[in-house]
Amino acid sequence: MLKIAYYPGCSGQGTSLEYDTSTRAVCKALDVELVDIPDWSCCGSTPAHTVNHVLSAALSARNLAQVESMGMTKATTPCPSCLTNLRTASHKMDDPEFKDKVNALLDVPCRNAVDTQSVLQVLAENVDPDLIKGKVVKPLSGIKIACYYGCIMNRPPEVMKFDHHENPMAMDNLMALLGAEVVPFPLKVECCGASYGIPRGDIVHRLSGKLLDAARDVGADAIVTACPLCQMNLDLRQGQINDALRENFRIPVFYYTQLLGYALGIDRAELGFEKLCVDPRLALGRIKQPQQAM
Amino acid sequence: MQIFNLADADQGFTAEVEARSHQNVKTCYQCGNCTAGCPYTFAYDYSVSQIMRLVQTGQKEAVLKCRSIWLCGSCQSCTTRCPNKIDVALIMDVCRHMAREEGYATERSVKVFADSFLESVERHGRAYELGLMASYMTRSGRVFTDVDLAPQVLMRGKLPFKPHPIQGREQVARIFERFRKGGKNA
Ligand code: SF4
Ligand code: SF4
Repeated sequence: MLKIAYYPGCSGQGTSLEYDTSTRAVCKALDVELVDIPDWSCCGSTPAHTVNHVLSAALSARNLAQVESMGMTKATTPCPSCLTNLRTASHKMDDPEFKDKVNALLDVPCRNAVDTQSVLQVLAENVDPDLIKGKVVKPLSGIKIACYYGCIMNRPPEVMKFDHHENPMAMDNLMALLGAEVVPFPLKVECCGASYGIPRGDIVHRLSGKLLDAARDVGADAIVTACPLCQMNLDLRQGQINDALRENFRIPVFYYTQLLGYALGIDRAELGFEKLCVDPRLALGRIKQPQQAM
Repeated sequence: MQIFNLADADQGFTAEVEARSHQNVKTCYQCGNCTAGCPYTFAYDYSVSQIMRLVQTGQKEAVLKCRSIWLCGSCQSCTTRCPNKIDVALIMDVCRHMAREEGYATERSVKVFADSFLESVERHGRAYELGLMASYMTRSGRVFTDVDLAPQVLMRGKLPFKPHPIQGREQVARIFERFRKGGKNA
């Protein structure tokens, strides 16, 4: 069994609760043991790196040091924004001078000995697809989905080291494996407007609106994402987007772990479909019921 | 069209951006690839390749008081696609750091949001979304920000009413404290 340190990220405790619970449930079902990092703190998210890179790295490095204290060298997080901060901090601390500046801000120094990956990368690279396939009890056949990775899970490639930076396929392959019809989605790595929802809603309305429009164009019943910020912009703000752009989008936006969990037959309570703002029932209804044994 | 006088170049500015970003901005040959892929161009006053040119030609004032550096979403499209391997997004970040340090805040709501967020982290060790919203609304005076979303979020139990303070919150507060003492060189 694969054992790995788990960094849930702040939004997993609030606006993306269902991502956290479904991530934990699918990992358990697929024999990936997530061990919570004790007393983890915020990675600083976007605001920290727009203020100062040493400050930003120190907020991440406190957590990396916590992983080191667990005696582990591998960590994982569902959130691409946390992932970017943790990985960028490690990447920059390869420079000893930078590492010294970071450690000067910390109580417990960070050795920089932890490799952090997204949960998606862990599932894609460490879990045998045949094992997943063997555990599918409710194939996703009948539903057409657009896989949206967001801008930073794979970029820049020298730092993120996962999948392709212009045309990632990990989520597409996973969804196809589960039986869904994956439609080609040209805006896979375009930005949704990031954290500007509050200070500059107009930017998010325009950029996320473009994504919804493209998903409709390719005939998707739903969008599937791996990022809490993307999910919030596309789902929670879909009504605002409709008002701002005089549109009438009604496209549910799932976390990939919710659909994976559905296919694996995980208890609905852990998948949290009722937490989605755009009603997903119509889309879920397209999934054909498995044939009953004669 | 705005005209810049090349004779006014502040070479020290170019050198500082290069030193703080570890990038060689001289290799930018203005191909425009970064701008072509930048989703934020519509909201910018200078496109990202224009910022690169302004940095090259030492136009400190124009760069530090522009809107673009505050609006960059750090999507990494420019960095990923630059044929000269310049980390363009990093340069945008560094210019924003310098603008902050010199007291510019051309997109005030963006700055206030970042400040409110970090204040929340400093206080609780983790971001506390509801407290962050309250602090943002107070500081920005934008009291009606997203009130239309409140019922959706609350009904779904997505915003805990209480922060999740952690045991190490003092360690986190000390990170900020030491950072402030160290200044821009941390
Ligand atoms: S892509 Fe690179 S070389 Fe081309 S304009 Fe942008 S920064 Fe300059
Ligand atoms: S990182 Fe910033 S400047 Fe570069 S493409 Fe994205 S939004 Fe534009």
